[in-house]
Amino acid sequence: MAPHKAPRCFQDVILTLQNYWAEQGCAILQPYDEQVGAGTLHPATTLRSLGPKPWRAAYVQPSRRPKDGRYGENPNRLQHYYQFQVILKPNPPNLQELYLNSLARIGIDPLLHDIRFVEDDWENPTVGAWGLGWEVWCDGMEVSQYTYFQQVGGLDVRPVSGELTYGLERLAMYVFGVDRVYDLPFNDPDSEYPVTYGDIFLENEKQQSRYNFELSDPEMVLRWFGDAEATAARLLKESNVLPAFDYTLKASHLFNLLDARGVVSPTERQSFIARVRDLAKGCASAWAEGQS
Amino acid sequence: MPQLLLEFFSEEIPARMQKRAEEDLAKALGEKLKAAGLDAKAIKTFSSPRRIGAVIDDLPSKAADVNEERKGPRVGSPEQALQGFLKGAGLTSIDQAQIVEDKKGAFYVARIERAGRETSAIVQEIVPEIVRAFPWPKSMRSGSSDLTWVRPLHNICCVFDGKAVKIAVEGVGSEAVTWGHRFHAPEAMPVTSASDHASKLRGAKVLIEREERKTIILEQARKLCAARGLELVDDIGLLEEVAGLVEWPVVLLGDMDPAFLDLPGEVIRLSMRTHQKYFAVRDPKTGKLAPHFVTVANVEAKDGGKAIAAGNARVLSARLNDARFFWDTDRKTALDTPERREKLKKIVFHQKLGSVWDKVERVKTLAVELCAVTGADVEQVKRAAELCKMDLVTETVGEFPELQGQVGRQLYALEKGANASIAAAIEDHYRPLGPNDRVPDDKVAVTLALADKLDTLVGFWAIDEKPTGSSDPYALRRAALGVVRLILESGLRLPLFRNPVLLIRTVQTQTLAARRRGDEAIRNIINLMLKMDASEREIGAALLDLSGPAPEGESQRRDETWDEIFASNDSSVLLLRALLGFLADRLKVQLRDQGKRHDLVDAVFALGDDDLVRIVARVEALDTFLKTEDGANLLAGYKRAANILAAEEKKGKWSAEEAKGQVDAKLLAEPAEKALHEALEKALPAARAAVEREEFAAAMKALAGLRAPVDGFFDKVLVNAPEAEIRRNRLLLLSRFREALSAVADFSKIEG
Repeated sequence: MAPHKAPRCFQDVILTLQNYWAEQGCAILQPYDEQVGAGTLHPATTLRSLGPKPWRAAYVQPSRRPKDGRYGENPNRLQHYYQFQVILKPNPPNLQELYLNSLARIGIDPLLHDIRFVEDDWENPTVGAWGLGWEVWCDGMEVSQYTYFQQVGGLDVRPVSGELTYGLERLAMYVFGVDRVYDLPFNDPDSEYPVTYGDIFLENEKQQSRYNFELSDPEMVLRWFGDAEATAARLLKESNVLPAFDYTLKASHLFNLLDARGVVSPTERQSFIARVRDLAKGCASAWAEGQS
Repeated sequence: MPQLLLEFFSEEIPARMQKRAEEDLAKALGEKLKAAGLDAKAIKTFSSPRRIGAVIDDLPSKAADVNEERKGPRVGSPEQALQGFLKGAGLTSIDQAQIVEDKKGAFYVARIERAGRETSAIVQEIVPEIVRAFPWPKSMRSGSSDLTWVRPLHNICCVFDGKAVKIAVEGVGSEAVTWGHRFHAPEAMPVTSASDHASKLRGAKVLIEREERKTIILEQARKLCAARGLELVDDIGLLEEVAGLVEWPVVLLGDMDPAFLDLPGEVIRLSMRTHQKYFAVRDPKTGKLAPHFVTVANVEAKDGGKAIAAGNARVLSARLNDARFFWDTDRKTALDTPERREKLKKIVFHQKLGSVWDKVERVKTLAVELCAVTGADVEQVKRAAELCKMDLVTETVGEFPELQGQVGRQLYALEKGANASIAAAIEDHYRPLGPNDRVPDDKVAVTLALADKLDTLVGFWAIDEKPTGSSDPYALRRAALGVVRLILESGLRLPLFRNPVLLIRTVQTQTLAARRRGDEAIRNIINLMLKMDASEREIGAALLDLSGPAPEGESQRRDETWDEIFASNDSSVLLLRALLGFLADRLKVQLRDQGKRHDLVDAVFALGDDDLVRIVARVEALDTFLKTEDGANLLAGYKRAANILAAEEKKGKWSAEEAKGQVDAKLLAEPAEKALHEALEKALPAARAAVEREEFAAAMKALAGLRAPVDGFFDKVLVNAPEAEIRRNRLLLLSRFREALSAVADFSKIEG
């Protein structure tokens, strides 16, 4: 294999990972056009991990977690960030090796750094999914989540999918030795017009944090949640699974917005999560039926 | 003898599961081998993140031959019985069986001789069984395989007597090979024996002995610290975990920005421990944390670990920056602010029990009442109660929930004129957190800790959320044990049964849980207790008055009032009784764990006492007494008397009603019965008086005086005299004797 050029900026990390996983036979998808809290929620993972058909895909997914907004003041926390997601069904027996090679490709030498697989059982209650795996640590920093899916939407996953989620900002900050996410070089720092992560996203963090915590209209969001929920349920009855899933994702995000506003009591919280989970389970089983 | 080596090579096994898995493997292997006729004298096990295995050094090469006789049916039995026998014994014709005569006649006997199977064949059979049934706390499937294991299983290396043994289980590889360190020595290495396996792995930078890894980590860490004039903060739990995260431990000392040292030490230590699995380091001169940390890497890095140490330091800085942000936000204000109170009102403690602030209010009133027993300062207790949950809404506790209590204390301590008792109570009111946690010693802390737990228990009992079987989501057993330990270890004379404070609280909580019952429930109690109309406050006052010192001649009336209350079917009373039963169970468990005989505990509990301190004193006195010769003999005498009385009662010739009668001194004829009568006349009041003074050893001593007269009575006197009057009189004597002993314990519950 020809030596690969080490990445120098944020987008290099993305491009390198895309190329690497394309070499492993993955379909390189684009982000899903719904607001989601994690790359797992892309139908390419949530739905495609179900059923017997083999499937390999990789994609970047912008992820929104309204509650994590810090008005751009925290060097590590963002309410909008990128995940790089890989899904391989069935998981190949050498998936760990493939994963470690991807780290090497972005410049992490395992004989210079301390790479560790630390137990972390992954669970996403809003979509009734869980799996076993690890957080992958590089010198004490969590750089990826590595999971063998066991259930999605409350259904057993057979064959089992291997899911890899790279936290791109963290990984890049680590590789480039940057302590503040906004200082990350986004494109080549030697290019004619270099831009940083902050040039692109700092203002967004400030404004979105203000919306999430201060300006959103909880009553309206609650209504939207109800509408999205009702629509998803209605579409499910019509076996219109993929649109139903879109509305499930909307409901999930709207719940996160309500949660960020601090208007959801702990008891209500459980009931909201259960409502979204029921929809997600409905979508998952309807999808799985169509697959087998 | 030949040696067996078994290694399950997999992806990274969670650190917390490895040690237990070694034990489970040894157990399963031992049992399966034994069932197959192979006796493994010693099973050694090993584990590391990527493997778990076992070595047996002296396993026979084949199982022992089976030589067994099986007795069959009688000669001449029906064909069906004969066929069944032949099948079971593995014979083809009845001619192969022998005929044996015994007293009952002639029987067929089959002599079964089976050569022992080869050990390798047995191993091939049992290892797949072990794999399929392995008790991992959580296991998973991988790819398209049906096998479940803790993480994907890649190879089962099995070598017996120097030869590879193939294990076939759901397509998992089974080569006599192993793999060294993931990055230092990734190639497969053939394995011929256990020593070959261990030494090749050592060469390939894998230490398979968990204890060796622990020793190395500890030694290296201490050495590194000492070289810099520092001291490692020992943490056994963390050491165990870290030893399960590395195959080749390399200890590194990293630096932390000293500016972080103004954070509370616990915040720093927890950031290091829970998030990063670092050991903290302190300055031996001051005993305070030093601006360094110890991390254990799994690799001998090319640069000697510089990049790893620097990387870890950066991660820690990011973590501590977060923590600093939280801590700085929290300490901008005093602990008690209107905003925090409002927030506590919004946090649901339990849907049916109101908010955390509601709980604070309840704990406060209960704690104030308890001051009479604990001797704590009422004003301090009130303040501590108001402050104790305040830190739950701080940013720092939001990030580090383990620090609840500690953060409150620290924030409070920053205030001017902070009081040491209040500070201690804020931190310690959660204690004791288990059987091994310490009980607070400050009076204010004890009071608050007790009130907090009693409120929780009464509350959850009132809404019928009791622990069932292994399910105890609100940790109520722990709370109950906490109550028991607080009372006993602080020597609190708190009656749990005849306790107005708890009863009032039960009524109130029930009322809260089911408002519709409200006034009715309270009125029931009013009518029951004082048979008059009064407000709740007045009842409370009246009830409390019932527990105060009794005026002359009042004590009996009070006892009767309480008996009436507790005999009633009022739901609050029933609930409190159930809760007290639960507390009694915790005490029993506690006493048993301390090695107290369970029957003695039962014997004392049967008296219905509700003062834990007194109960324990009784159990201890009883234990000592029964170990003396007098005690043992008296117990034997008691059993004999009780048996006679029970037998008469069974025959209908004696009843509890008759037992209440008086012994007629004139009817006493034999010197031995006169002696017993006199002794009883003396011992009974003496024992009762001693019990009244809570001098249980003295009470037992008074009873010991009965031993000789009782022995004499049974030697010389015939209870079943022909004259009905005399017989009745003697049964009455025995009844008195039984009664005398019952003053200290229910001897019928004592074994032996």
